[in-house]
Amino acid sequence: MQHKGLRRMSTANQGRVVVLAGGLSPERDVSMRSGRRVADALRAAGVDVDVLDVDAHLLAGLSGDRPACVVPLLHGAPGEDGAIRDVLVALGLPFVGSGPSACREAFDKPIASSLVAAAGVAVPGSMALPHATFRELGAAAVLDAVVDRLGLPLMVKPTRGGSSLGATVVRSAADLPAAMVAAYAYNDIALIESFVAGVEVAVSVVDDADGPRALPVVEVAPDGGFYDYGARYTAGATEFFTPARLSDDVLAACAATAVTVHRELRLRDWSRSDLIVDASGTPWFLEVNVAPGMTETSTYPQAVLAAGLDLGVLTASLVHQAMSRG
Amino acid sequence: MEPTSPPTSTRLDPWLESYAARTRGLTASQVRALFAVASRPEVVSLAGGMPFVSALPLDAVAETVARLIRERGAVALQYGSGQGDVRLREQILDVMAPVGVTAHPDDIVVTAGSQMALDLVVRVFCDPGDVVLVEAPTYVTALGVFSSYQCEVVHVPMDEEGLRPDALREAVAAARAAGKKVKLVYTIPSFHNPAGVTQGPARRTEVLEVVQSAGLLLLEDDPYGLLGFDGTVPRAIRADDSEGVIYLGTFSKTIAAGLRVGWAVAPHGVREKLVLANETATLCPSNLTQMTISDYLATQPWFDQVKVFREVYRERRDALLESLEALMPAGTRWTVPAGGFYSWVTLPEGLDATAMLPRAVAALVAYVPGTGFYADGQGRESLRLSYCYPEPDRIREGVRRLAGVIESELEVVETFGSPRARADRPGPSAPYTDLA
Repeated sequence: MQHKGLRRMSTANQGRVVVLAGGLSPERDVSMRSGRRVADALRAAGVDVDVLDVDAHLLAGLSGDRPACVVPLLHGAPGEDGAIRDVLVALGLPFVGSGPSACREAFDKPIASSLVAAAGVAVPGSMALPHATFRELGAAAVLDAVVDRLGLPLMVKPTRGGSSLGATVVRSAADLPAAMVAAYAYNDIALIESFVAGVEVAVSVVDDADGPRALPVVEVAPDGGFYDYGARYTAGATEFFTPARLSDDVLAACAATAVTVHRELRLRDWSRSDLIVDASGTPWFLEVNVAPGMTETSTYPQAVLAAGLDLGVLTASLVHQAMSRG
Repeated sequence: MEPTSPPTSTRLDPWLESYAARTRGLTASQVRALFAVASRPEVVSLAGGMPFVSALPLDAVAETVARLIRERGAVALQYGSGQGDVRLREQILDVMAPVGVTAHPDDIVVTAGSQMALDLVVRVFCDPGDVVLVEAPTYVTALGVFSSYQCEVVHVPMDEEGLRPDALREAVAAARAAGKKVKLVYTIPSFHNPAGVTQGPARRTEVLEVVQSAGLLLLEDDPYGLLGFDGTVPRAIRADDSEGVIYLGTFSKTIAAGLRVGWAVAPHGVREKLVLANETATLCPSNLTQMTISDYLATQPWFDQVKVFREVYRERRDALLESLEALMPAGTRWTVPAGGFYSWVTLPEGLDATAMLPRAVAALVAYVPGTGFYADGQGRESLRLSYCYPEPDRIREGVRRLAGVIESELEVVETFGSPRARADRPGPSAPYTDLA
């Protein structure tokens, strides 16, 4: 099956494509695997591809032998926070994915949440608090206020970053301080959200000539109940259902939510929204990824496959689109 | 959206039901993910225990290998003996002479690093559920071997002289009282990894007496024995018991880890089984690397090179200790290694080395959290620092970064009500009471 709007682009003479992977974020290892997988898929689609790390040699590599297009698959900062993309813009290099300012908003979970909430997307109640707030006001009083406002259980995570690094489900107030410490190890600001119980789904979006559209909704059912780092990257630790075991109406609502998120945050080419569907069938927005994971256990490639698409052909078409965009 | 089709389910691994039970628990970990960042040159890695092989006379090694291939390539590139090259086994006797181990070349089994010898010993002796007594903490990859053979690991407390005989006696009694079969006592008596402590002569005698009186086999791992900074070479426990001790040695720290040549010295019956197990596992150790080592030992002043390594590592140990003394926040303690590669750091009260690791990696310094050296979740308050690979200036910079990380983490932990750091001065943990 070939999805409407996805055209097999001619890859002949497309020029060299550079996949950026690695970097210094805690998600370096995941990024390396994403980059390798996409590079292999592009090569299988006939594209000339190099994979480059983000280091002191990168700019020389990009300037000396200018690629036709860049595919940033850096997870975490500076890949997803817009910084590297700003540099690519400055270099005049076309790249697949969202622009710098959109990334800055999408990567910051509280900002992204408030923007999509304004568009009518359901978001969990939350508070984004820097460590200094607790230090200055007294942790016990602030934590009490947090629990009073948001209730229990809670999800605590860094405001920036992915792969559930530093994220903890807090079921009792006594566990909240340790969760805060874990989140602050990754970021100076922690996001404390009301925990929404339900079905966890990942909705991948492809945005090409026909505009953004959702790929089949992937349900994640981790054995341990929490889709943490181990559950994400250990084959077998999570069961995936595609499409998710939800009614057609709810699946459509999930798809519409992901497309709304993509549009409202001015994202381009591809994105993946992580949602929780509660018992009433309402999809709640958790976060969006501007450089979706592409590893062997990631949900974006599963959605691509379920849509009857080929990851290499799809990415090549987005490369072509980025080059056309200039 | 496409018209909805029925859900299909996958776990992305079609062999999930086929894996052996011993692989359960092998999962992706955040700590491993962070170590991927630690490999970048911007990061001062005080984590890995990589020998500083650049200090070797690399031209001489290159000439040795070239001559070997040129003159005896047909042998070097062929299969060899499952017990190992006989000439090398004779030379290993000379290498072990400083630690007091005497044996016959036939008592030696050459393996792909002493890690392979460790694996073979556990393979030969341990059934699932058998108890192995180890130090608290102990060598992380030994834990991996014990786990892969489904042993029950029981940690025995240490003090400033390493394994505590009284605690060992109690651990044996407790395990037996619980109806468990104790098979091995595993110890690293010299310049311990990760604790950095060394058993003195009297302590070794006491440990051996406990093991002998319990009728147990002692597995003595001695990778660092020749690397004492004052030139002292601790006498191996095996030197005083040839029937109840299996001794593991390696060239990884004295010549080159990449050659993967180690050995076991074992009593006759054990050695026969180790040879058979070695043949099952690898057919034979590499002829090429054995002959390289053998020629190196025969043609190079190898013990002078050991002295060079000692001096390199002593200088780095000093850089680490001086920096720790100057920079560590109050409440931090560390061991003072007299040789080897490692110091064991205990953080101020309330800090968790595993939870702190992301902050450290973000600050471009890496260490190994203490929990990695325990099979039972202990060690959260501790970490291992390795000084063998970075240059002294990089070590100083790494400690400076780490001190800042600990200060920041202390602020966070203190904010959230954990016990305050002790007000005592930072310093070497002497008297060093208990690593457990």
